[in-house]
Amino acid sequence: MNRIIRIIFLDILKNKIVLAYTIILGILSWSSFGLEDNSAKGLLTILNIILFTVPLVSILFATIYLYNSSEFIELLLSQPIKRKKIWLSLFLGLSLSMVLAFFIGAGIPLLVYAPDSVGIMMLVVGCLISLVFVALAFLSSILTRDKSKGIGIAIMSWLYFALLFDGIVLFLLFQFSDYPIEKAMVAVTALSPIDLARIQILLQLDASAMMGYTGAIFKDFFGTSLGLLISFLLLCLWVVVPFFISLIKFKNKDL
Amino acid sequence: MIEIKKLNKKFGKLEVLSDVNLTFKKGECIALIGPNGCGKTTLIKSILGMVIPTKGDVLFNQKSILKEYLYREQIGYMPQIGRYPDYMTVGQIIEMIKKIRNSNQTLDEDLLKAFDLEKIFDKQMRTLSGGTTQKVSATLAFLFNPEVLILDEPTAGLDPLASEILKDKIIKEKEKGKLILITSHLLSELDDMITQIIFMQDGKVHFHKTIADLLESTNEQKISKAIAKILKSQSNE
Repeated sequence: MNRIIRIIFLDILKNKIVLAYTIILGILSWSSFGLEDNSAKGLLTILNIILFTVPLVSILFATIYLYNSSEFIELLLSQPIKRKKIWLSLFLGLSLSMVLAFFIGAGIPLLVYAPDSVGIMMLVVGCLISLVFVALAFLSSILTRDKSKGIGIAIMSWLYFALLFDGIVLFLLFQFSDYPIEKAMVAVTALSPIDLARIQILLQLDASAMMGYTGAIFKDFFGTSLGLLISFLLLCLWVVVPFFISLIKFKNKDL
Repeated sequence: MIEIKKLNKKFGKLEVLSDVNLTFKKGECIALIGPNGCGKTTLIKSILGMVIPTKGDVLFNQKSILKEYLYREQIGYMPQIGRYPDYMTVGQIIEMIKKIRNSNQTLDEDLLKAFDLEKIFDKQMRTLSGGTTQKVSATLAFLFNPEVLILDEPTAGLDPLASEILKDKIIKEKEKGKLILITSHLLSELDDMITQIIFMQDGKVHFHKTIADLLESTNEQKISKAIAKILKSQSNE
């Protein structure tokens, strides 16, 4: 297994895109932290990076990489290697490089400027979000053989999770504002990894006061260590479930 | 050595293989022929586990290959159209496969030398012509001294010199007692290599005969003429 992961990892590193991604993350983070003595603005910049840039780059890069390595996958399949091993190696190679890029680009400035619970929380959540969207990329690339369709699915799922989902939640909140739906809203956030990440970080930032009564409910739930644990587990599920579905599909795929 | 039992494969509604039963033994050199789209490549890919059968089973040394992978150590496969990562060089591809196989057997580098591949070791795969890519595929198939060789249209795209080298190599391996499975449309090329012939049509095995039987039953000297005679007599019926 290690041999294949190493081959894939080196191949990704040779691809200059991940390097460029790391450098851009680095420039954004270092400059936003360097602007003011207070680290709050830098944290907000990184929060936006985690919520928008990291998912987009992870899902797009991984999807395109998977389609471009179809020849490589075909070549490996005629060799004595388990299918599961091929798919898992691809996943580990891709996630390792995306997590590493995030860690070097945004993680190091975080640890330098905000070495408290907020900074560490952001670091962990950012890495998890990278993993979630790499896993979603595996799912979207196995759903169809057509490259442009697959990339389309990847972009659509990013749009859905990053923008549309919030709109739907807001719509529901206004439509049902006469009913006691605050508790249900907590459950609804579990349906989007980006929302889970956002709420976890916002609560650490003490910005929940601005979210009104719902914010208080969120604080009640996610503020406790049990709530925190559950939301981390949910994020992990967002990695495991899409990848597992794609693995089952890959095992039965004809090449 | 390889036993195919009631193999069925459907792609959606299209039935590509229906109820294929075949047995291949050591030391045989089998030609798999038939019109385009009759399921030859699908059959080969099911033996390799690249296509998963809808129904039926393939046994390799009496063991089912479904969900297995180690048996592939004993198979050398040369695809019809070799697809390789574009930006890897010839040398890198061969090194990578060596690393993946990680075999400590002595490598069979006859073809590597005969095709003079060392000269193009630093060329990227995407810059190679179709024929040169075929040479790389052939070299990889023979490299690990496999017990079974599966060659999908091996000489298509090769120049006469290279295809002669490959044919000599196939005959040499056959004499070592290996099982060789070839698909081809060039019947004239097969004459001095094969011992058995399988004719497929519409996903079914039409006949599976030894060459001696085939020539005797049709009173012909050449395989191509014998096949033509059988096909003609069928279309007259």
